[in-house]
Amino acid sequence: MSEPSLAMPEARLEVSLHQPGPIPLAADFDCRPGELLALVGPSGSGKTTLLRAIAGLYRPAGGRVRCAGETWFDAASGRSLRPQQRRVGLVFQDYALFPHLSALANVMVALDHLPNAERRDQAQAWLTRVRLEGLAERHPAELSGGQRQRVALARALARSPRVLLLDEPFSAVDQVTRRRLQRELALLREQIHIPIVLVTHDLDEASALADRLCVLHAGRSLQQDVPEALFRRPASPEVARLLDRHNVFEGEVVEADGHRRLRWGPWALEVARGLEALAPGQRVAWYLPHSDVVLHRRGRPSLGERENPVSGQVVEMVVLGGITSVSLAFAHGSETLRFEISTHAARRNGLARGETVQVSLLATGIHLMPLGGTIDTHARTPT
Amino acid sequence: MDWTALSVSLRLAVGTCLLLIPFGLWLGRALATTRARGKPLFEALVALPLVMPPTVLGFYLMQSFGADAPFGAFWQRLAGSGLNFTFGGILLASLVANLPFAVQPIQRAFETVPPNLREAAWCSGLSPWQTFVRIELPLVWPGIVSALALTFAHTLGEFGVVLMVGGSIDGETRTLAIAIYDRVQAFDEAGAGIMSAMLLLVSFLAIGVVYGLAGRRRWRRV
Repeated sequence: MSEPSLAMPEARLEVSLHQPGPIPLAADFDCRPGELLALVGPSGSGKTTLLRAIAGLYRPAGGRVRCAGETWFDAASGRSLRPQQRRVGLVFQDYALFPHLSALANVMVALDHLPNAERRDQAQAWLTRVRLEGLAERHPAELSGGQRQRVALARALARSPRVLLLDEPFSAVDQVTRRRLQRELALLREQIHIPIVLVTHDLDEASALADRLCVLHAGRSLQQDVPEALFRRPASPEVARLLDRHNVFEGEVVEADGHRRLRWGPWALEVARGLEALAPGQRVAWYLPHSDVVLHRRGRPSLGERENPVSGQVVEMVVLGGITSVSLAFAHGSETLRFEISTHAARRNGLARGETVQVSLLATGIHLMPLGGTIDTHARTPT
Repeated sequence: MDWTALSVSLRLAVGTCLLLIPFGLWLGRALATTRARGKPLFEALVALPLVMPPTVLGFYLMQSFGADAPFGAFWQRLAGSGLNFTFGGILLASLVANLPFAVQPIQRAFETVPPNLREAAWCSGLSPWQTFVRIELPLVWPGIVSALALTFAHTLGEFGVVLMVGGSIDGETRTLAIAIYDRVQAFDEAGAGIMSAMLLLVSFLAIGVVYGLAGRRRWRRV
């Protein structure tokens, strides 16, 4: 049911929205056909507002929205297409199904442009596609949360939209249903070649479903990248915090033995990338994924022990099933270093609160960031 | 039995419903969806006829319909005749007196329609008018039925306002309620009894028909 023209490169969605208030916005992002972009950020970060602005339900003071080579919104020229003209498929957070219409009639509403007989067939085909055959005559109140979400998805896709917008589509269903719906969305994506924008505050969901993530805070787009890159190389301490990353510290660039090192407390850390470009004396923020913290086994030398060895005191151990999260405190500062090891390894090593342990901070994992700044290298500069 | 009075009553009730319900739809929807600061003021104005004694309301209407009052003078110029003691006058008075009965149930009904249903309809390609007819109207239908029933019943039973503005002119302003009062004044309790029973029956039938219109809904809100 997708039109071939939708796959063309011009079919991308380009969004650049800016306004000082009442809802501050400074967001720039784009989404290619077939790509799923997740807008992530805490509540109140402007995610839903951006989605509404793309759909034409909210009109910001400044910026542009272009899709499929067509300008949907341009504040400078005053052009703003009505939602009806934009052809967006929008799945609302609470699905917004029409309660007085059956599942079939809900989908048929979006097919108004077709002749009557064709409408029914098409709507039926869409319901089959979202695996709701047999439930066509049910009203929304007679459907489960997951079934309602599927009707909403069928209604959004029935109009052959040029972009699919999903506003927290999995927040209103239980965990089991959520998993199943997420799987179905992943499968459905292979069939629809239009840009898909997903709004979510759930980082796991975003990184599982999305090709790229765009991190938002207070209406600003801070960084966009593939999940793996984003989680390993956040552009700023702020992004790291928004992505729920823990190990963010402050250090100073120093010269030691003819090499640039990162001074952190009593240690001069080796860093694989980025240090050479910085001048000695400069203070920087740095981040280390907890996967790049290696625990030294007691009494037995282990691999990589000579790489950035630091020792700290265990201040917290949280057992979460098979994984134990360990926090180390250091004499030189109040920040703690967090890493995870398997619970049986923690037991075998006799890890306990108050013990002093040694770990290696892998040089390849250390990621340098501008201190306190939010200027990033990955996101496009706002215009 | 005063059939003329019954006919005046029914014409008044039907006329009031026909004119007031569309207006109530417009105003009720506007009040339900607006975020304007003056909303409580408008709501208070709509509710005012509810709290005023009908004779007081009727008195003010009679005053404003008079040729000395700006509105009365304006009407006189426009229509060539006055409003007091005419069917047009009691119809206009009835429209004012029934404002809360027509507007409030419809406003409450519109308030229960989530705004994102409208937005979902727009995104599905429906124009604002199609959205109103196909999505909003079916959802507020119970409110419209309530407004119809209340307005109709209240107009049939209205006494003070009609008497003040229209007096008791046979075939013009003497409604069944006023005719009953006239009978009692003339010590014709049997006549008053027959007419009261008739008013009771007509009111019951009318309300029954209106609630029948509401039908049985297959759906409920999610």
